[in-house]
Amino acid sequence: MFEILSGLLSYDFIRRSLLVGSLVSLCAALLGVTLVLKRYSMIGDGLSHVGFGALCISLAMNVSPLTVSVPIVIIAAFFLLRISENSKIKGDAAIALISSTSIALGVIITSLTNGLNTDVSSYLFGSVLAVDKNDVFLSVVLSVTVIIIYIIFYNKIFAVTFDESFAKATGTKTGIFNTLIALLTAVIIVVGMRIMGALLVSSLIIFPALTSMRVFKSFKSVVISSSVISLVCFFLGIAASFIIETPAGASVVIVNAAMFLLFTAAGLILKSGFNKAK
Amino acid sequence: MNKPLLRLNNVSMSYDNRLVVKDVNFELNEGDYLCAVGENGSGKSTLIKGILGLEPVRSGRIELLNGLKRNEIGYLPQQTQVQRDFPACVCEIVISGCLGQSGFFKPFYSTSDKSKMLESLRMLGIEHLRKKSYRELSGGQQQRVLLARAVCSARRLLLLDEPVTGLDPIVSNEMYGLIKELNEKHGMTVIMVSHDIRSALCNANKILHLDAGVEFFGTCSAYLGSDAGRRFFGGGENV
Ligand SMILES: Nc1ncnc2c1ncn2[C@@H]1O[C@H](COP(=O)(O)OP(=O)(O)OP(=O)(O)O)[C@@H](O)[C@H]1O
Ligand SMILES: [Mg+2]
Repeated sequence: MFEILSGLLSYDFIRRSLLVGSLVSLCAALLGVTLVLKRYSMIGDGLSHVGFGALCISLAMNVSPLTVSVPIVIIAAFFLLRISENSKIKGDAAIALISSTSIALGVIITSLTNGLNTDVSSYLFGSVLAVDKNDVFLSVVLSVTVIIIYIIFYNKIFAVTFDESFAKATGTKTGIFNTLIALLTAVIIVVGMRIMGALLVSSLIIFPALTSMRVFKSFKSVVISSSVISLVCFFLGIAASFIIETPAGASVVIVNAAMFLLFTAAGLILKSGFNKAK
Repeated sequence: MNKPLLRLNNVSMSYDNRLVVKDVNFELNEGDYLCAVGENGSGKSTLIKGILGLEPVRSGRIELLNGLKRNEIGYLPQQTQVQRDFPACVCEIVISGCLGQSGFFKPFYSTSDKSKMLESLRMLGIEHLRKKSYRELSGGQQQRVLLARAVCSARRLLLLDEPVTGLDPIVSNEMYGLIKELNEKHGMTVIMVSHDIRSALCNANKILHLDAGVEFFGTCSAYLGSDAGRRFFGGGENV
């Protein structure tokens, strides 16, 4: 095990992806709890597809992917948030339309410029090779910023997630926090997309929160445990992908899925244990 | 003590062009205890949401007077759309009532927030549920948790939309006693929506009878003598 680990860490690109990937997993888990509980999971999914389109545009223009995608996805986040807050529009349907349109646009732009090649599959499904040196610094700065903002506003985020109308009635500016959450999600999706792939990155947001909610019962314990779960799953996934040579993003998702099943079983056992104790 | 705290000027509110609150005028003083009564669907909850700024006012004006700020208000909704499986323990929920008072950039709760939380828990007799998960409580226990949160956030004005629904009679009476105590000892201004007209009359000093428009606004004794009061109260007695 130790040999595998030191073998892994001897590669520069692996070190880079592990650093960026673990920060992204952490942030995704934090935001995921709120997104899942507010029924905003669709936003994360929609954003990742918009991110794919943005990635294709940045490659066609031959510029650094992050500098183009971050603003585009942030703008999309504002829109998607408005759409899902406005109950008059069918929110989920609108998001699905935006998702597929973005993917279609991305595919067309790529095929017109560079031609459809293995690159496209690496955007869709991710690659550990994708994090280049220039991206590392920006990715780390963005992820650390997300973590700090989350900690500063943790209590407010709880209040807005638990009962938005009460928070608003008693003087919390809920609009700001909804926007903040959408914005942070946009940033994390873009940063995580290169490793995890546009199609898989949203699972990084949704899985850990759902997994920890099977067992944990207070908001704080759910937030902390889902961060830990997310990190563990990420490392296991990357290690597995290296040992059995599977794609990184997909392996992380499968480990997450296994963890979810494990926690579901644990939750059921705990419950029936309590019932017996009574 | 008798400074005006809240004034409604010709307030009308509507949902999709259907007027549900019509030309409501009244003024409350600091330390008042107002009970809002009326039939189902008469616009009581809507008016409360208007006062809180949760629903837009179509015309007219709602003024918070005498320096009353939003974050000095406590609120108990009639229904909370909290999801059934939301992971949150009682502590976390009750202390979130204190949030309004802390500034925008205040990351952590202060010790005074914590003691305020413990005090509200004790007042409502749910100290023992402190570490319990909200989703595992009974309906009445959940109601008490939300009431504790409202008490935690109220500094000057407390709006309660049917606070005793789902509570057993003993606890209901305790609740009325508690609200009365907040009102008398702490000078809290209270607006309560209630269908329990008898207790309303014993506790409140003012009655607002709504039926989209204001049917009656005034003191309890005047209400008993009024047409609206006789109709409503009489109807209640026959049941
Ligand atoms: N979100 C909404 N959208 C559209 N109409 C609404 C909405 N909420 C309430 N209404 C309508 O507004 C009217 C007033 O409702 P409101 O909830 O204020 O009544 P209420 O006096 O609180 O009744 P209750 O005693 O049953 O609580 C009702 O006719 C109701 O159908
Ligand atoms: Mg109502």
